[in-house]
Amino acid sequence: MGIEIEHPTVVLSKVAVSKTHGEESPYFAGWKAYDKDPYDEFCNPSGIIQMGLAENQVSIDLLEEYLEKHAEATDNGIRTSEFRENALFQDYHGLQSFRNALAGFMEQIRGGRAKFNPDRIVITAGATAANELLTFILADPGDALLIPTPYYPGSEHRAGPLRQSNDFDITPEALEAAYREAESKNIKVRGMLITNPSNPLGITIKRSTLEDILDFVTRKNIHLVSDEIFSGSAFSSEDFVSVAEIVEARNYEDSERVHIVYSLSKDLGLPGFRVGAIYSYNDKVVTTARRMSSFTLISSQTQHLLALMLSDKSFTGNYIKTNRRRLKKRYQMIVDGLKKVGIKCLKGNAGLFCWVNMSSFLEEPTKEQELALWKLIVHEVKLNISPGSSCHCSEPGWFRVCFANMSEETLEVALRRMHAFMKRRY
Amino acid sequence: MLSRKATCKSHGEDSSYFLGWQEYEKNPYDPVRNPSGIIQLGLAENQLSFDLLESWIARNQEPTGFMKKEGSIFRELALFQDYRGMPVFKKELAEYMAAIRQDKVRFDPNNIVLTAGATSANEALMFCLAEAGEAFLVPTPYYPGFDRDLKWRTGVEIVPIQSSSMNNFRIFPSALEEAYQHAQKLHLKVKGLFITNPSNPLGTTLSIHELDHLINFAIDKNIHIVSDEIYSGTVFDSPRFISIMEAVKKKNLENTAIWSRVHIVSSLSKDFGLPGFRIGMIYSNSKTLIAAATKMSSFGLVSSQSQFLLSRILGDKKFTRNYIMENRNRLKSRRKTLVSGLNKNGIRCLENNAGLFCWIDMRCLLTSYTFAELGLWRRIIFKYGLNMSPGSSFHCPEPGWFRVCFSNMSEETLDLAVRRIKALMDSSAPNAC
Repeated sequence: MGIEIEHPTVVLSKVAVSKTHGEESPYFAGWKAYDKDPYDEFCNPSGIIQMGLAENQVSIDLLEEYLEKHAEATDNGIRTSEFRENALFQDYHGLQSFRNALAGFMEQIRGGRAKFNPDRIVITAGATAANELLTFILADPGDALLIPTPYYPGSEHRAGPLRQSNDFDITPEALEAAYREAESKNIKVRGMLITNPSNPLGITIKRSTLEDILDFVTRKNIHLVSDEIFSGSAFSSEDFVSVAEIVEARNYEDSERVHIVYSLSKDLGLPGFRVGAIYSYNDKVVTTARRMSSFTLISSQTQHLLALMLSDKSFTGNYIKTNRRRLKKRYQMIVDGLKKVGIKCLKGNAGLFCWVNMSSFLEEPTKEQELALWKLIVHEVKLNISPGSSCHCSEPGWFRVCFANMSEETLEVALRRMHAFMKRRY
Repeated sequence: MLSRKATCKSHGEDSSYFLGWQEYEKNPYDPVRNPSGIIQLGLAENQLSFDLLESWIARNQEPTGFMKKEGSIFRELALFQDYRGMPVFKKELAEYMAAIRQDKVRFDPNNIVLTAGATSANEALMFCLAEAGEAFLVPTPYYPGFDRDLKWRTGVEIVPIQSSSMNNFRIFPSALEEAYQHAQKLHLKVKGLFITNPSNPLGTTLSIHELDHLINFAIDKNIHIVSDEIYSGTVFDSPRFISIMEAVKKKNLENTAIWSRVHIVSSLSKDFGLPGFRIGMIYSNSKTLIAAATKMSSFGLVSSQSQFLLSRILGDKKFTRNYIMENRNRLKSRRKTLVSGLNKNGIRCLENNAGLFCWIDMRCLLTSYTFAELGLWRRIIFKYGLNMSPGSSFHCPEPGWFRVCFSNMSEETLDLAVRRIKALMDSSAPNAC
């Protein structure tokens, strides 16, 4: 064989070259700008402050404290001669002790208002994987999931064609309208995906709305996936109503269509450890998801650590309480700070971000103007916030601003920059 | 109510491979609690060298406790979810991979994509290289898990490349061509070859000739080669292991198109016996593929906690060098124990220099029992208490071959297994084998 002429690129599949990974949306473009010029209190005080990353760093000291006091959580089972058993453990059921602890933790977050059976938990490497798995299981290619807008940009690469509901409030009329629109286009709707508490809105879904949604999916005989990864980030326990509570109140009637996604990335601030889960009331979904989780298991080393940490009820009780309090304080700080310069926020009660209304500062109520304002904020004010259009918000002028991924001092710097900017411009 | 993927059987769990495990689970051997239980000979796990890892961990408590000299890095690890992976870990992984290949190939850390195990890596590669309905050619016999990993969610088809015991199941150009033609007849577009080297279940490494045939074929048909090299760290005897990358380099094809169409899968599950930590990887010279696979790895990233621990272990070069050598010696010795036990009882094994198992020839028993292979398999499980994996579950073209693992149990248990095999042979017709 002779030397071949070099080909420019190797041919890959459609999935590999498509843009449905969503990484070319402004959401990620802002991150790229930040990567080039990241704020640092000492080394780069004029850099861009990252306010587009929904991470929770406000309570990490509590975790560090726990680890300092409990060496057995991180010694990989050396002291108890469990190392090899743990290292070999790749059973897709997941460690029983870990599932027990996770179920207990989920119950604690819901103030004991719902019960979770550890045998219905399927472990996955993060909620990203959990959501993907459910999409594979509940829908065929070309089918659709209804997702209320605005929604987390990362959902792009999983869902089929998406339909809008009435912004910020999910009404039965909006649900019916979205369903009818899909039908008219010959698109089969297989389910609905809600995020509760909502990303990017930072609000919990009302009990009555959840009831309406459950009635709707039952009527249409479709599934309901409730992504509750921010459940532990509701500022007060009573504010958050989980779909699990509704299912229990209805005595599990029609529950085989309900599935919950959870992860420890937001509530515990551990995105690096890749700890996600599916909780389903449907046996077939549990069995299938478990098999599929082979592609995305949680490291047994990490399961071991978290089994110990999460089964320490006094630790978790204190963590949940303290974390809520600190998030609420941060939220208040940013809302008050923005109010001082005439910027209003949606009244939020959960999450790691607030939904900020800058529509009155747009020259025209258009997506283009929103992006223009956004570019200004990123490059002039040097704050990487997320424009509402990247969350498919139909009303221009809204922005998601994260507040839990930085120190209080940095948040103050960010607010001072906003003040200066608003004084200059308006 | 559920998708087609959810309701079909392509998860592959109805294979005798997995059913054997289930029988074992119902009645597992334990020297004290259940001495008449079934001995698990169907699990390719490496349990021989844990003591080395355990003593390393005991000596180096800090990395496991998130402490470095500079203080706790817990916070950093907790937040680290960059799908490009931890740079220091990838650097160590690249050096480790080179070391196993006697430094005949150098690996660029930037060309590594980390995935939650090789299971995830194999599936991701199929998603990236083929459309649903297209095919990969896979030499038989092959690991039963591929029926799930390569096909289930991807919709990709496997077309087997036939082999024969007459030439020790080696891969021949004629078989490659035959498989390709077969795919054409089935109207399947062939996108690549999928090889496992060292082979599971054969435990043999591919010769330079076989690698040459594969490379020539892939060039001729303009297709990819995926080389699953997860057992590369278990090569315990000569001939030495030759990676697909080395073979392509040897042919001076580094600046040609084929260089970008050759991809390696690996993991730390077999070498280090750490399947629980889910540490797998894809290696490719194609930047396009790396970019696509990296994004896809979002669905199966490696825990930063595990990346950190392994970066410290692999970074201890003295330890790693010693581990590789000692592990190989122990595997070699285990194999010898099993093979001499089998030979004494008239059972031949395929000559193999790698892997955690032997490929044994039980065809004589088929004749004497007039049982089909699965009948024999069931008899071996239920009457003799041994779960060995039947060749048919590996799509072996000839009945009567079984895969027997030897590194997932103690020496005593292996001796007992050999004694039970003796009982099996003793009860068969004399001179059958």
